[in-house]
Amino acid sequence: MRRLVPHPVLSLALVLVWLLMTRFSLGHLLLGGAISLVAGWALGALEPEAPRIRRVWPFVRLMGIVGIDIIRSNIAVAMLILTRGRHGERKSGFVEIPLRLRDPFPLGLLAMIVTATPGTAWLEYDSDSGILLLHVFDLIDDAAWRDLICNRYEALLLEVFA
Amino acid sequence: MTLTHSLITWAILYAQFVLAVAACLATLRTLRGPRAQDRVLGLDTLYVTVMLLFVVTGIRVGTPFFYEAAMVIGVMGFVATVALAKFLIRGEVIE
Amino acid sequence: MKHLIDLPLWIAGPVAVFLVIGATLTLLGTLGLVQLRSFYDRLHAPTLGTSWGAAAILLASMILFSWVEGRPVAHELVIGVLVMVTTPVTLMLVGRAALHRDRAEGRGDVPPARKTTGSDQG
Repeated sequence: MRRLVPHPVLSLALVLVWLLMTRFSLGHLLLGGAISLVAGWALGALEPEAPRIRRVWPFVRLMGIVGIDIIRSNIAVAMLILTRGRHGERKSGFVEIPLRLRDPFPLGLLAMIVTATPGTAWLEYDSDSGILLLHVFDLIDDAAWRDLICNRYEALLLEVFA
Repeated sequence: MTLTHSLITWAILYAQFVLAVAACLATLRTLRGPRAQDRVLGLDTLYVTVMLLFVVTGIRVGTPFFYEAAMVIGVMGFVATVALAKFLIRGEVIE
Repeated sequence: MKHLIDLPLWIAGPVAVFLVIGATLTLLGTLGLVQLRSFYDRLHAPTLGTSWGAAAILLASMILFSWVEGRPVAHELVIGVLVMVTTPVTLMLVGRAALHRDRAEGRGDVPPARKTTGSDQG
């Protein structure tokens, strides 16, 4: 089973996308299934190790938290642009954050979270020292941002992929 | 012309106008620079904005063709931006 | 625009609201892109358009076409996933290109490269 479908989540997602793009029918289900199987083998040849989600509940909680944070920071950044950065008082800056995460897949997920949230931009990650360089749009307190990334997102990600 | 009809027509018109203005602003940043990375960022924003404009136009006309065009624009924008950013880092696109 | 004539209010209302929100957020993003002073500030501006700007407009399209076609239409999700997955890649690459160029020119206002890395890998 593992050799036939090396990346089950990816293959399932591909079938779903295929059915979304076309109308649902048995023919499209078969065609999409075949394509996703071949795509799974191709990725299996490139990258043998599939990422494993160990615990589902923290993952769902993480998605909820990220959804709320994206809405909140959208409003915050929109307000900052409208008021021209609280009339010139806004300061932006670089923040260095030491990360405990090492696996590429959760790191990629963290990069998506950080970039999808307006107000923080992922600039550089150094894989030797594990230090991440962020640029923050509205920098009031360095430690608060470190705390946010490490305790709000990274802790949950460690739990999911532990 | 019922109330709901005029509501949705005006919303679509507003969205189209605002997205067109947004595309003009992104073009302005692309033209003005001042540095190469600003131009790349402006181009990327222009791609996303025009893609959304196509989706809104699809809502107005009611055909699925604009949706497919929007998806092609999205993919092309991604490839173009990645190639340009790689070029800025290395000075070569293909290595 | 025949498909827009017999819409009930509970479809037309949310569609109109999402369209207005999405378009306005995208405009604010590009406004920031033109208005902000430094490049690293401008890097944040387009994320308004790519997060809720895109999501709201795609939601509006999903609601409207689901009603018009009489079946759940969700292919807009594909564009949504595309935007969500590609934006981090492009912004990260553009940001790193800018860092690299600023460091190569020796500008003082960016943090220096870490000594432990031999070369930044592409």
